[in-house]
This record gives sequence, structure tokens and C-alpha cells, in this order.
Amino acid sequence: MTSRLRAAFDRARAENRAALVVYLCGGDPDLATTPALLDAIARAGADVIELGIPFSDPTADGPVIQEASARARKAGATARGVLDALASWRRSKSPHADRPVVVFGYYNPILRMGDAAFARAARNAGADGLLVVDLPPEEAGTLADACEAEAMDLVPLLAPTSSDARIALAGTRARGFVYYVSTAGVTGAGGVDFDAAAARARTISDRLHLPVAVGFGVSSPDDARRVAAHADGVVVGSAVVRAIAGGDAAGAPARVAQLVRDLRGACGRA
Amino acid sequence: MSSPTTAGWFGPFGGRYVAETLVAALDELEAAWRDARADGAFLHELDRLLSTYVGRPTPLYHAERLSDDVARTAGRRAGTIRVWLKREDLAHTGAHKINNTIGQVLLARRMGKPRVIAETGAGQHGVATATACALFGLRCEVFMGELDVARQAPNVLRMELLGAQVHPVRAGSRTLKDAMNEALRDWVTHVRTTHYCVGSVAGPHPYPSLVRELQSVIGREARAQLFAATGRSPDAVVACVGGGSNAMGIFATFVDDPGSSAVRLFGVEAAGHGIDTNEHAATLSRGSVGVLHGAKSYVLQDEDGQILEAHSISAGLDYPGVGPEHSFLRDSGRARYLAVTDSDALAAFSSLARTEGILCALETAHAIAALPRIVAELPERHEGLDVLVSLSGRGDKDLATVRDWRERTGAAS
Repeated sequence: MTSRLRAAFDRARAENRAALVVYLCGGDPDLATTPALLDAIARAGADVIELGIPFSDPTADGPVIQEASARARKAGATARGVLDALASWRRSKSPHADRPVVVFGYYNPILRMGDAAFARAARNAGADGLLVVDLPPEEAGTLADACEAEAMDLVPLLAPTSSDARIALAGTRARGFVYYVSTAGVTGAGGVDFDAAAARARTISDRLHLPVAVGFGVSSPDDARRVAAHADGVVVGSAVVRAIAGGDAAGAPARVAQLVRDLRGACGRA
Repeated sequence: MSSPTTAGWFGPFGGRYVAETLVAALDELEAAWRDARADGAFLHELDRLLSTYVGRPTPLYHAERLSDDVARTAGRRAGTIRVWLKREDLAHTGAHKINNTIGQVLLARRMGKPRVIAETGAGQHGVATATACALFGLRCEVFMGELDVARQAPNVLRMELLGAQVHPVRAGSRTLKDAMNEALRDWVTHVRTTHYCVGSVAGPHPYPSLVRELQSVIGREARAQLFAATGRSPDAVVACVGGGSNAMGIFATFVDDPGSSAVRLFGVEAAGHGIDTNEHAATLSRGSVGVLHGAKSYVLQDEDGQILEAHSISAGLDYPGVGPEHSFLRDSGRARYLAVTDSDALAAFSSLARTEGILCALETAHAIAALPRIVAELPERHEGLDVLVSLSGRGDKDLATVRDWRERTGAAS
């Protein structure tokens, strides 16, 4: 069975464009706003949403997402709270509430709940996949089993430093898509060579026969256009978080929707 | 069973919980170390530097007045306890940390990495890394929590004088945990040109094994020195534990030798304001299993899996995690872990100064403070008991903290 994540990439490809993957940090600025943000991002045209679980020690994140994580925790967000916000959006009558969602985070909150319990809770909340930044394939066995049992995808990450052997390893259990980190760095990095990253993503995609989305440092429609020229998907995170944080909570859905529309417009291929 | 069964694991603890970008660098480091430790020329250079530059072997000193003090407090007769201090405070830069940094910086040079980064809590590891980098002409940048920059100001100046750049870290608890977060972020960004010189037996594989091996010189020397002095093995070995590198360094030779199973091992954590408060760093006494900074081990965390802020008056122990091998030694029962409060550590600091003329680091003072409790657990022995203590560092860096504490508590002497 094709997963909803895989189907989102297939649909974008059929429309001759890259899939737009949008990250937001769950619970930022507060959990009450998260369902409205999910809906605004889906309505504005994101093909896949990455919903971040805040963590105290986000070692793979740059300052923008670190601060979002800290704001969310200060406002009381927990892993369960973020999954509840997802469930609440899934239950809403919005016509966009069936958009695929990947729960994105660090391993410790998952381990704390237990791999199987977390996978079940995420699935019950309506997640389509998990992406765990600090869980390379060697350590991901039990969580991969748990995801498989819940018919969820565990999305692997690959990086510019990944060898051919590691690319093959990541591909062995991947089903939905692969996340390619554009540059050696943290989220929100600057000075990324998007053309090189997109070309590398293309190579990986051809090798693994899976869609590959490129993230880290994609912040403008222009960046997105360069990635979309070759890659199957474009991930935007820090820029979205900045838009959410750039004013009051009530106005956040409108602000982020505008950015997502602009990014979506840049995902088409000539 | 005590060394990793498969590479990087100590029973169920250890592993490599890191971003994909770093895996290649960890593989490279592991391979470089495997290669170097089989290379006679490398080992010869390391030995030469440890003896001519670091000042090894460090002395093993029989602290007679402290021994009597400990015996009295533990309710034992004077003369039945012999406390032996392994004087790592007399190593160059004033702590055991240099054993590790000389080795790792030699490795960095061998790997062709021109830049070295480090995290530091008390500043001792930062100073030791800056020293080794100065020795080999490598660029050095050190990440240090803003709170630690303030409470360990002399070490910040020392690092700068040694040519290192110190980056104060303002995130989170502004202590060692956040310094390590920031070092990991820097490493992932500059991974091709930079070696991350981890300062403890923590972090992703191969660091817990690499740092253990580089620090194991402490225990090997001490064991031989004690044997030369007494003809016997110690009854107990005691060390303070933050991340746990001086403790693993002095434990390793006893852990690895099945014939030493009667030698009791004691780690002493920081109880801060008390392990029943929310302000302590007693990870092994009060923590639960989690993943922090690349390894599975005991951590201080809440119900949601968020890492808690630790507290200790000693910056080097102020860490909510611990090296994975200590978690394994705890669960297997091979080592026992106790916790000592800020105020008991400060009292031990003063008492060691008065009885032996040694100003030790506040980290080390935790191990000294635990000695009466440890001795009380040991069976009496007619010929007396030999207790080996890692005197991990000297206390110059802590004088401002001790002065503030004396003023606050009105301690007259």
C-alpha cells in the first residue's frame, strides 16, 4: 500500500513540481494556536507538514528553531500536548485536515514514552510518519519496528557526509521519503549551495527509488525554486517559524499562509 | 563483560545517537584511534609527552592526617584507615583533563584537522585543550556556559592567554550541558576541518571508550604505586563523578582485571542542595535512562523526556548526564554511587586544606567528603584498609566560589 506521504510526492511529481514540506514547532506560540497553524499551512498548499516536538536540547537546530522550542516549552507544550493538537486538527471539519503529517523531533521524549507507545500515540493522533534527528539507522531498529506495526513511515535523514554504504543503509527501511540535509550544519544555516544539494538529492532518489526532500537553509521562494529544479521535495522550517513568531498569535496563521503560498508558487518546474 | 560487548556499548548503554552528518566523523575518529593505538611511534610520542610535559607519573601520597580524620569520623580506630591520594592536581594545568587532551589533540593532528573545539564546565578541560592546541599549533575554540564563565573566571583568562577563543553560551541552563549542545552544533557545521575534543567519558561512541583509555593511565599508575608501597591492592577506589572521566580513569584497570573483583569502586556525585530537592546533579542516584549528547545513559529528566537543569556548586559536576559505562557499572553493581551536598563538599575542601595542606578542586572535594561514609561500609581489617582516592584537580579556580560561600554562611574558618 502506498503511504499518504509517498502519495503526496507522487501527486506533486505528476503536477511537474516539487512537493512543499513545511515545518512548524508544535506549541509555538502555544498549543491552542497549533491546530489553526496546521490548517493554514495545509490550506496555503503545503503537501506535507512536519510537526516539531519541542525539546530541551535541540542540538541539530539553529537559533530560530531553538527559540521556538524554548517558547513552546515555556508555554507548556509537551510531546503528548503536541500530539493532542494534531488530533484536534484531524478531528476538525476542515477540508484540508487530511494532509500528511510527519512528527519531527529528538529521540529522548520518544524513548521516555517508549518506542511502541509513542508510535501508537502518534498514529492515533493522525501522524503519517516520524522523523527523529538524532536517531541514525543503527540505533533506529526498535522504533522502525514500532512504526511498521502502526503503518507509519520512519523517515531517514541523509547528509552531505553520508557514504554510499550509509545511503543504502538508510534506504533499507524507508518507505515514504528521504530527508536530505542540504549542508553540514544546523537548521536555518546560511550560504547553502542549493544547486549542489538538489543534484545530490536527485542522485540519492535515483539510487533508492524513493522521493528525496531537501531541507536546512531553504528560506526564500528563490531558494525553493533552485531546490525544486532537481529535487522531489523542498523543506522550509526556520523561515516559517520566523513568520509565526513575527507578530501576535492571532495573526500567525495569516502570516504563515502568505509565506507558504509564495513558497508553493516557487515549487513548480518550468 | 565490562568493556563494550559490541563497539560502543556498555551493556544497554552507549551508542551513537547523533545527527547523520556526524556519523562519518565518528567513524573517521574511531578508525584513526584504532590505527594510532597500534602505531608504536604514536604511543611513544604520547608516553614521552605524558612524562616530559604533563609530569607523569603523578605521585601517590599517603595522607596520614586525613586518614586519621576519616577513621575518627567513621568510628574506626586511628591507624586502621590509610587514604592514598593520586595527585592528578599535580599534572600540568592542574587536573587529570590533560591526559585526555594530549591524546586527542595528537589524534586531531594525525587526522589533519587544523581546528579543535571543546566544551568545558569548570574550565579545566577547556584549559587542557587550549594547552594541547598551543603545544601543537592548532586553532582552539572552547564553548562554556555563561554561568560558568562567571564562576570560573581565572580559567577563562588562562584559556585566552593560551591562545584559545572562548564562546560564552547563553542558552538553557548556561552551564556544561548547553556548552556541549553548542559544541555539537559547531562540530556539525565544521565537521570536515574540526576535531571535537570531548572532555569526559560521555558523548557518542567512540568518545566514552577513547577518553576512558586515555585516562586509564591514572589507575594503572596508582595501582602499581600502591603495590610498590604496600604490596597489596586497594580495598576501595573513590572518585568524583560528573561526566565521569577521572573516575573511569582510576576505575578502568580494576574493572578490566577479573582478579580485582574484590576492589570496591565508589563514584561520588554532586547532591547540590540535597538529592531530595530539585537542585542536584546526582544523575546515577536520582536519574532514569535516557539519551543525551549522543549516548544512552542515566539522565535527569522530567516525565515528558525533557532534560532537567542540574545544580552543583562545582561547575565540573553540574551536568544532568553521565558517561554510559558508569550507568553500566551502577546497574551491574560493580561500582556504587553516592552523592555529597554542596555544603559537605565545602567542608571537606577546608578540612583537606587544614589536614594535608592541599587545596583541591570542589569537584574532588565531593570524593573527600564521602570517605567516612565509604569507610563505614567496608569490613574492618586488622592490618588496616587502603583507600585509593583520585585527587582529580587543584582548587585555585574555585577560590572565588569558596570565598563567596564563606561570606554567605559566615564561616569563620
